[in-house]
Amino acid sequence: MTRLVVVGASLAGLRAVEAVRRDGFDGEVTLVGAEEHLPYDRPPLSKEYLAADESPDTRYREEETFAGDLDVELLLGTPASALDTAARTLTVGDRTVSYDGLVIATGAHARTLPGTEGIEGVHTVRTLDDAIALRAALRGGARRLTVVGAGFIGSEVASVGRKLGLEVTILEALETPLARAVGERMGRALTHLHRRRGTEVRTGVAVDEVVATDGRVRAVRLADGTEVATDVLVVGIGARPATDWLEGSGLTLDDGVVADETLAAAPGVYVAGDIARWPNALFTDVAEGTMRLEHWTSAAEQGGRAARHAVDPASAKPYETVPYFWSDWYDGRVQFVGIATGDHVEVVAGDDAEGGPFTAIYRAGGRIVGALAVDMPAEVMKYRRLIGKRQSWDDALELAEQRRQQRAERAQGASA
Amino acid sequence: MRIVVDWDRCTGMGMCESLAPDIFEVDDDGSLILHTEEVTQDQEAEVREAVAACPTEALSLEGPIET
Ligand SMILES: Cc1cc2nc3c(=O)[nH]c(=O)nc-3n(C[C@H](O)[C@H](O)[C@H](O)COP(=O)(O)OP(=O)(O)OC[C@H]3O[C@@H](n4cnc5c(N)ncnc54)[C@H](O)[C@@H]3O)c2cc1C
Ligand code: SF4
Repeated sequence: MTRLVVVGASLAGLRAVEAVRRDGFDGEVTLVGAEEHLPYDRPPLSKEYLAADESPDTRYREEETFAGDLDVELLLGTPASALDTAARTLTVGDRTVSYDGLVIATGAHARTLPGTEGIEGVHTVRTLDDAIALRAALRGGARRLTVVGAGFIGSEVASVGRKLGLEVTILEALETPLARAVGERMGRALTHLHRRRGTEVRTGVAVDEVVATDGRVRAVRLADGTEVATDVLVVGIGARPATDWLEGSGLTLDDGVVADETLAAAPGVYVAGDIARWPNALFTDVAEGTMRLEHWTSAAEQGGRAARHAVDPASAKPYETVPYFWSDWYDGRVQFVGIATGDHVEVVAGDDAEGGPFTAIYRAGGRIVGALAVDMPAEVMKYRRLIGKRQSWDDALELAEQRRQQRAERAQGASA
Repeated sequence: MRIVVDWDRCTGMGMCESLAPDIFEVDDDGSLILHTEEVTQDQEAEVREAVAACPTEALSLEGPIET
């Protein structure tokens, strides 16, 4: 194994090259990225990058680190356009790059509303360039912000909008926002967080058309004919895996690149991050099929795993994980671990009726498979361990009881 | 080997606690408590996982393992 190539110079790609260098891999390493920017952190782009008066630098590493410590060749600014798994080569612009081991970490692109290309005031948030443009729009005297899609990123942007003093409306096609991500009941609980901060949430509405005047967004027209006037429109309707360049490569593409439990998509080819669809053995008993996550922690972990497997396929082990994501809304934090499928959700701390603080746990197949916390940072990770060890529902309830007692003791201590 | 926390970066996410609960714990107000700074050989693997999983890159390791 002499040459590792990593495509996609973001979180998963960065962690890929760092992992093999830390292990002492001394072959050549090339990192190919479509964007001009050095790898940077995306979660802040819908949070403090927009909210803070001085926008933070979200690059992970300095340029010197790649040339120096990491000894990685950076090919930035041109996307890979084709892959030949038989010849073990990639096309990048007019170059042909050959590899012995390959990691594909090209992530995902923001979905857009058809017909809105080029309309001023319409934004998505996926890249640093997107965030620079949105930051300027939100701070350039806008009064009204409309967000299409009540998902996590849309909700974060809505939170920032309120913080900056804008009137904010969220338009959501589903009756219950986030029902797929956290279930119906918890989706309703999270919606309270918006309403109590004065964000208007309209559910079960379909966007018919984005109305522009002189090339600038003016309103959103809904299917029932009503118009929602707006100065800035943010489209937060999810992401689509960046697999276009792999059409015809022979890899199996199905909402992501399909891989086996070791993240292998073809001999010598491994996938990582938002693009990776793989069977997560921890949950195959309760949720059939494969899983694709769009979460920071699993992208980081998979990057390291995929690269280690690519340079030493004989060492490949199944990758299983308890998914984790967080999301910052207003002054609070939503955290979720595990999966949201199951037959029962139980609120084990606090109260979800008004939107928290609370902690809820999810049951499937007689065991705990998920946990959601709003503004209870001490709780959720304790359940993550139980989920990872496939512990029973009763064990989870027992932990909940212990935590309840501990909180009561602390509350007494504090008031004594 | 010693754990170094960049307190300006840590936001109390608790990934570290879920991987190495004997060492890290997040309390009710979201601040991280470090139960020990020194990492033993038995703990090294899980601490390395915690360092890699921290979403704010707040954790790093310094020095050799004491035996
Ligand atoms: C605004 C925002 C907020 C988020 N907030 C959270 C959060 O609070 N919590 C959480 O857990 N997760 C969050 N996430 C998710 C997290 O950032 C992603 O899971 C993570 O970035 C995935 O990393 P990745 O390397 O797989 O893909 P990406 O970060 O999408 O990177 C893929 C890279 O590949 C490049 N690329 C694409 N096609 C090609 C090609 N053909 N050739 C070369 N390069 C290519 C792209 O330009 C990009 O730089 C957020 C994401 C966004 C966008
Ligand atoms: S995972 Fe990182 S941010 Fe979270 S508590 Fe641990 S050190 Fe702090």
